[in-house]
Amino acid sequence: MNKLALSDDILLKVEKPARYIGHEVNAVIKNKDEVHVRFAMCFPDVYEIGMSHLGIQILYDMLNQYEDVWCERVYSPWVDLDQIMRQEKIPLFALESQDPIKNFDFLGITIQYEMCYTNILQVLDLAQIPLLAKDRSENDPIVIGGGPCTYNPEPIADFFDIFYIGEGETKYRELLDLYEQCKLEGISRQEFLKQAACIPGLYVPMFYQTLYHEDGTIASFGPTQEGLPSVIRKEIEMDMPGATYPMKPVVPYIKITQDRVVLEIQRGCIRGCRFCQAGQLYRPVRERDADLMKKYALEMLKNTGHEEISLSSLSSSDYSQLPELVDFLMDNCSRQHVNISLPSLRIDAFSLDVMSKVQDVRKSSLTFAPEAGSQRLRDVINKGLTEEVILNGAAMAFKGGWTRVKLYFMLGLPTETEDDIKGIAELSNKIAATFFDTVPKEERKNGKVQIVTSTSFFVPKPFTPFQWAGQSTKEEFLDKAYQTKHAITQQLNQKSIKYNWHEADTAVLEGVLARGDRRLGAVLLNAYQKGCVYDAWGEYFDNEKWESAFRDCGLDMKFYTRERALDEIFPWDFIDCGVTKDFFKREWLRALAQEVTPNCRKQCQGCGANRFGGGVCFEERQEAQKHEG
Amino acid sequence: MKVRIKFSKHGPIKFIGHLDIMRFFQKAMRRSGIDIAYTGGFSPHQIMSFAAPLGVGLESNGEYMDVELHSMISSRDVVDRLNEASVEGIRILSAKVLPENAGNAMASVAAAEYTVRFRDGRGPSCNMRDYLKDFYSQEKILITKETKNGIQEVNIRPGIYALNVVDEGVRMLVDASSAGNIKPAYVIETFMAFCGENLPENAFMITREETYLNKGTLDDPAFAPLDSIGSILV
Repeated sequence: MNKLALSDDILLKVEKPARYIGHEVNAVIKNKDEVHVRFAMCFPDVYEIGMSHLGIQILYDMLNQYEDVWCERVYSPWVDLDQIMRQEKIPLFALESQDPIKNFDFLGITIQYEMCYTNILQVLDLAQIPLLAKDRSENDPIVIGGGPCTYNPEPIADFFDIFYIGEGETKYRELLDLYEQCKLEGISRQEFLKQAACIPGLYVPMFYQTLYHEDGTIASFGPTQEGLPSVIRKEIEMDMPGATYPMKPVVPYIKITQDRVVLEIQRGCIRGCRFCQAGQLYRPVRERDADLMKKYALEMLKNTGHEEISLSSLSSSDYSQLPELVDFLMDNCSRQHVNISLPSLRIDAFSLDVMSKVQDVRKSSLTFAPEAGSQRLRDVINKGLTEEVILNGAAMAFKGGWTRVKLYFMLGLPTETEDDIKGIAELSNKIAATFFDTVPKEERKNGKVQIVTSTSFFVPKPFTPFQWAGQSTKEEFLDKAYQTKHAITQQLNQKSIKYNWHEADTAVLEGVLARGDRRLGAVLLNAYQKGCVYDAWGEYFDNEKWESAFRDCGLDMKFYTRERALDEIFPWDFIDCGVTKDFFKREWLRALAQEVTPNCRKQCQGCGANRFGGGVCFEERQEAQKHEG
Repeated sequence: MKVRIKFSKHGPIKFIGHLDIMRFFQKAMRRSGIDIAYTGGFSPHQIMSFAAPLGVGLESNGEYMDVELHSMISSRDVVDRLNEASVEGIRILSAKVLPENAGNAMASVAAAEYTVRFRDGRGPSCNMRDYLKDFYSQEKILITKETKNGIQEVNIRPGIYALNVVDEGVRMLVDASSAGNIKPAYVIETFMAFCGENLPENAFMITREETYLNKGTLDDPAFAPLDSIGSILV
């Protein structure tokens, strides 16, 4: 058995030592002398979060299928170990071999949310790898970033050698072949990076430069070297049946956030909600075959021993083979005592029937995400959910025995008025009233209905129709939350409604980083040096440090949260996500005109994603409408 | 049928706590295809119970759990299947069928045997053998224990059934019943204090060698390994 990187003394001192010892079931151990490339795959957050991420599991499995590559995992050490590693100068290590990752060929970092940016610096720092790409030498690993945040990589551009834009399944083999070739021929890091920059989907930020206008907006952006592409198009896996999928995911010892088999039934979303970035980035919708999913389900359950299986997609109700797959899972899983969890289902007769079979109605709750309180604002954001649909769904559910409802809304959406905010309280109240109207007194279990209304604050994201929108200030956000709270206390059924809202300063910072430019690299570095890390964790987020970092760098958060001009060059304009800027502009103008846009299955909007030559864009629309019901 | 499974725990796995070991075995059972029985309801659970929780950082050669099986081919088959589904640090040693009237594993535990080894450079400087007899012949060995009702003084001497200095360190047999469980660290710390030793932090490593039930009486105990009442199904 391998020696551990951390001594018993340390492991007995820190919280949850199981985060750092590796040796889990299905962890891949290879002989390091027999591989050519050592790859450390990192999720820059704590083990329990990072281990729950499907994308890393897919890439871990794919890379380890290559005989010449050994891919290992690494996560952010929790704050207790972080401190010890700094004091004792212990280099950050990969879980499988327990070897320092500074000796690896690649460090891959998946970047799923903006609030983990300082954790990227923590990982590099603890690994003893120079934070800035320009300071790295021939012996340092190639630091490569991927994931949704890399669609605007500019705020973190200084820290990465390469960004992989798009889905990881397609271009790693080519990149690794190039790397091995360069290593064999003794070609320098710089030259390797230059050649890598010519592989489709790969962006090497050090070879690109931004020029700014005096007001801080972008004047121009482009490569500084001959022969490099000026636009980077996202990579996408179009062969879903042939796509690699991890049949033997690593099974952790400790309880993690997603402690179950995950079946990714489709990528993308037909809906086109105007605030949603994922719905645009993963276009076009590509379904996986239900028969393949059934086979995967059984095999993964057998290989992991998990007692729960979950379907993953942005909108499972839109998966055309859902009834067939769910029937199969219910038959097979109940026999094996496996629980089924079905997130992101629209509440209708079908989903209520399924849910009543797979979960305890008395203990579970229903979830609606109207996102906005009024029909007017729901039209603005293109959320095709009407009050009628919500109330009918709720009535059906209450008849079926459910008494708990969760509602999700956003505050600060474009064009929002006080009436829209009041609408949140009114809709919550109507749902409570529906309960009392539908369920006769004698049938009410403990007499009550529980409505939990939660609001988050709207964050405009790149590659959405709202990328031009202004974002509210912290004060405005808090005022809106107060208005919501007040409006709820005015409702007849206010005793049945519980209201929660999220932190406002994190939402503002998230918005700044999401639509930021390359100048924010200095702010990130400064904030990290001031001690910012684990910003996604409320107890560690320190807004004052961030504010002072912005001051130190002479930048203003308000510059980044302002409404953008229609003709402005965005920091992320050089990335082509498949959906055109023209489409987003059309959708932004339609939003302001409160016009709803039909979903992909009803009518093609010419967003541009059909250029990938597959998915929903090439389904016969009539065939599709049958599934719409 | 009720089957008592014996396993060992070594290496990095010693940092996996008791609750996570239980989760590990639930998943290992599913991977192994062993025909284990479940409880009913919306969240069915495997019928499985553990004998004595092992603290984080301790290794063991004698851990036990009871499982209820619908069917089994043989003891060997259960052991092989579980080992196949296990990890390097956890070895399944045996699987014995219990008689119908056997008490559950946890309630059966009466004593446990431990070996305490000192880490390099952190052991006592004295010869422990010189002090052992005097220490062990004390009528009372008092330790202070934090309980729900505040700090209490407890006499652990009656719960120490054997204490020896061996080449590797110290070997002891102590009470491990739910009512009178004695942590081996208490014994070794008290013994070291008696020797006048002031050991550094984290000075020793503990291995549980075996877990015992009592075939005799309370006054005249006859300790036997926990699975001594079971039989191997061939």
